Amino acid sequence: MNALLLAAAAEEQPPLIPHLDELVIGLIAFVIVFGFLAKKLLPNINKVLDERREAIEGGIEKAESAQIEAQSVLEQYKAQLAEARHEAARLRQEATEQGTAIIQEMRAEGQRQREDIIAAGHAQIEADRKSAATALRQDVGKLATDLAGKLVGESLEDHARQSRVIDRFLDELEERAVPTGAAR
Amino acid sequence: MSADQTLAFDASCHIFTKCGFPAPGLHTFIYEPVATVAGFEINKPMLLALLGSVLIVGFFWAAFAKPKLVPGKLQMVGEAGYDFVRRGIVYEIIGKKDGEKYVPFMVSLFFFVWIMNLWSIIPLAQFPVTSLIAFPAGLALVVYVMWVGLTFKKHGFAGGWKNILGYDKSLGAILPLIMLLEFFSNLIIRPFTHAVRLFANMFAGHLLIVMFTLASWYLLNGVGIVYAGASFVMVLVMTAFELFIQAVQAYVFVLLACSYVQGALAEHH
Repeated sequence: MNALLLAAAAEEQPPLIPHLDELVIGLIAFVIVFGFLAKKLLPNINKVLDERREAIEGGIEKAESAQIEAQSVLEQYKAQLAEARHEAARLRQEATEQGTAIIQEMRAEGQRQREDIIAAGHAQIEADRKSAATALRQDVGKLATDLAGKLVGESLEDHARQSRVIDRFLDELEERAVPTGAAR
Repeated sequence: MSADQTLAFDASCHIFTKCGFPAPGLHTFIYEPVATVAGFEINKPMLLALLGSVLIVGFFWAAFAKPKLVPGKLQMVGEAGYDFVRRGIVYEIIGKKDGEKYVPFMVSLFFFVWIMNLWSIIPLAQFPVTSLIAFPAGLALVVYVMWVGLTFKKHGFAGGWKNILGYDKSLGAILPLIMLLEFFSNLIIRPFTHAVRLFANMFAGHLLIVMFTLASWYLLNGVGIVYAGASFVMVLVMTAFELFIQAVQAYVFVLLACSYVQGALAEHH
């Protein structure tokens, strides 16, 4: 029975006493692992881990600088925008003022022209009236002498005196008319 | 080699066949040498140990031989394992500045212990190499030599002894007693418990798995089949549990190694 043989062997080998061959082989096995890992593989990966960390840190730095740049550009842009707004407001204000001034000027000009036209109209009317009055006076004088001549039977035209009589008559008429006009 | 020799028990033995239960015991942990190389009687655990080493180196070679800035899948897994030991254990216990020097050793130690434990549930291997005291003892010895050496290197001869023995004047009259206790606790008990903690856990775990496995086979007769089923469920449960224990024990072993090194580097308390 193999089991019995092994049981017998177990009595020779108490479980807490290390078997020397196993101890040595175990240490050799461990040294194999430690040798490869410590001398080659872990330094390898450490290098890459460091590189990676640097790459990540570099990336972060780059991102930060980009952000700072973006911030400054944004501020610049905002300042420009504010300036442009200010300029626009100023222009608008100016335009409004100019518009008001122009309207006032135009109004004043219109007023002036209207007055001129009215004044010209008045002057024209006065002139017409005067010429009409003069023409009427002559016509009235002429008609009156003609009538008188027909009535008397002889011509009175040639006599200067006659004209003075007519003028005097007309002046009297006017003088009579003026006080009545003034009284009215 | 007959089935009996391979399985280390009588394969035809079942319940109700006037055959006693072939209970596992110390003999379960004895392997006959399969070859003799350079004076070493090579047996299955030794082969597993060497094969395990090759596998660990193979894995890390595949992962880290040509590392890339943007890691592939294998490199990522390797980095995760490496980082777990580096940050999770070494930096935590010893500190980043002092600990960096010991990272390669601790990483090797962790993966070595873990893979040696893991053999327990790998089909065909099915034997935790660390359940033989020689393997944990060898590793514990290396750690022991390392931290004792470090203590004297860092603090000098007298300072080193003060550090190990917990020399503290304020203790007064009980100082000699404390120093005696510390002497035994640090120099004699500590390496022993360090090795035995790992050994005993793996030993017990393996014994349980073997016991339930043998029972599943042994009970496979008549009404015993029901119990065989229950026993087999226990095999599965214990296997899953062992998977957890293996990692925990590897972690604890390295954690303790780090704490010993940290104690050696610390100013005397």
